Amino acid sequence: MEVCGTHTVAIHRYGLRAMLPPNVELISGPGCPVCVTAVSYLDHAVALAREPGVVLATFGDLMRVPGSTTSLERERAAGADVRVVTSPIDAVEMAAREREWKVVFLGVGFETTAPAVALAMRLADERGLANFLVLSGHKVMPPALRALVSGGPVQIDGFLMPGHVSAVIGSRPYEFLVEEFSIPSVVTGFEPTDVLQGIWMLMRQLNEGRCAVEIQYKRVVRPEGNPLAWAAVEERFEPADAVWRGIALIPASGLAIRPAFAGQDAAVQIPVEVEPTAEKQGCICGQVLQGVKRPADCPLFGTGCRPEHPVGACMVSSEGSCAAAFKYSGAQASSL
Amino acid sequence: MCLAVPMKIESVDGAVGTGGYGGGEYRFRVDLVDATVGDYVLVHAGIAITKVDEAEALETIALLKQIDDINRSLSRPRDDGEPGGGDPA
Repeated sequence: MEVCGTHTVAIHRYGLRAMLPPNVELISGPGCPVCVTAVSYLDHAVALAREPGVVLATFGDLMRVPGSTTSLERERAAGADVRVVTSPIDAVEMAAREREWKVVFLGVGFETTAPAVALAMRLADERGLANFLVLSGHKVMPPALRALVSGGPVQIDGFLMPGHVSAVIGSRPYEFLVEEFSIPSVVTGFEPTDVLQGIWMLMRQLNEGRCAVEIQYKRVVRPEGNPLAWAAVEERFEPADAVWRGIALIPASGLAIRPAFAGQDAAVQIPVEVEPTAEKQGCICGQVLQGVKRPADCPLFGTGCRPEHPVGACMVSSEGSCAAAFKYSGAQASSL
Repeated sequence: MCLAVPMKIESVDGAVGTGGYGGGEYRFRVDLVDATVGDYVLVHAGIAITKVDEAEALETIALLKQIDDINRSLSRPRDDGEPGGGDPA
């Protein structure tokens, strides 16, 4: 199983499944942070966007994700000030330029992205920008990995681990899979040859009866990761329970802003009423995210749910399983 | 979302590095890496998240080139005039 949206895309884009022998099955897991963002988070963001005096700054891939009744893109069309940025640092600059507005950055992403948000919070503090706030939807991988192998619906013989998450956290956080579950993993890069080599290294372990955490992506990942980057995250955030869209609540799988920095927490500083959560009928994103079903198994895939009018998050995000399958194989994606 | 790009640090101004690849010039924070001018870093969401090990990167580039060379030799016509694609051993 791979648990990284960028791996999902690489596998589809380079047609890697077609190159593998029939006894090797690649399953896509919950690796797309946008896809696993809870509907209630989107609804909360929408409520903030509607609040007077608030500017929402967000990564682009959140704009079209369906909330219970609307999306950020629709809200912007209706007049809300929602702006796309490529970096939370840009949102800090926005807060510096427009002191009369509260700039709320939507903090979504795994361990690759959390350091940038933590750094942005630090910089905002250093510059005395009390109008820079974050709504945290960040999540961390290891607890989700544990949930996937603890009596989860799919049998996993090995993991391809995300290369850039691991650039930050290293390879050691995956050791528990070896020690407690005897499941090997290989931290893998994103070029097609990287992915193939990662799969090859896993197969070699399985054939040799070995079980370990190995690093294929050596040019970027060290066993200890980047402690400086993770220290920034631990300074601003603490583990919290989090709901993974379509999956469930996974304990300690989210990052919440520490009480000491409540002054930067949009959830604390801007009280809003959030509409009741409503999930879409027929959408099986949750099962796709866990690798139980494939995109083509969904009754809506390619018909009611297409990139131009997505129903679930797996189709909206460019790194979602359904978007990747649709883009590279069309609505006929059957064996994928 | 995990799109991160390796860039060479061309210059640093305080904690802001400037660098590029393929001709473009980008600015990114370098607070969270122990890197200096000339180092390669992985840039994601506006910040350098780790250093790229140049030796490993160069080895990867060499391996990719090897694969490229093999591919090219496979599609070259053989001495008997038949198109390539036979056993590369």
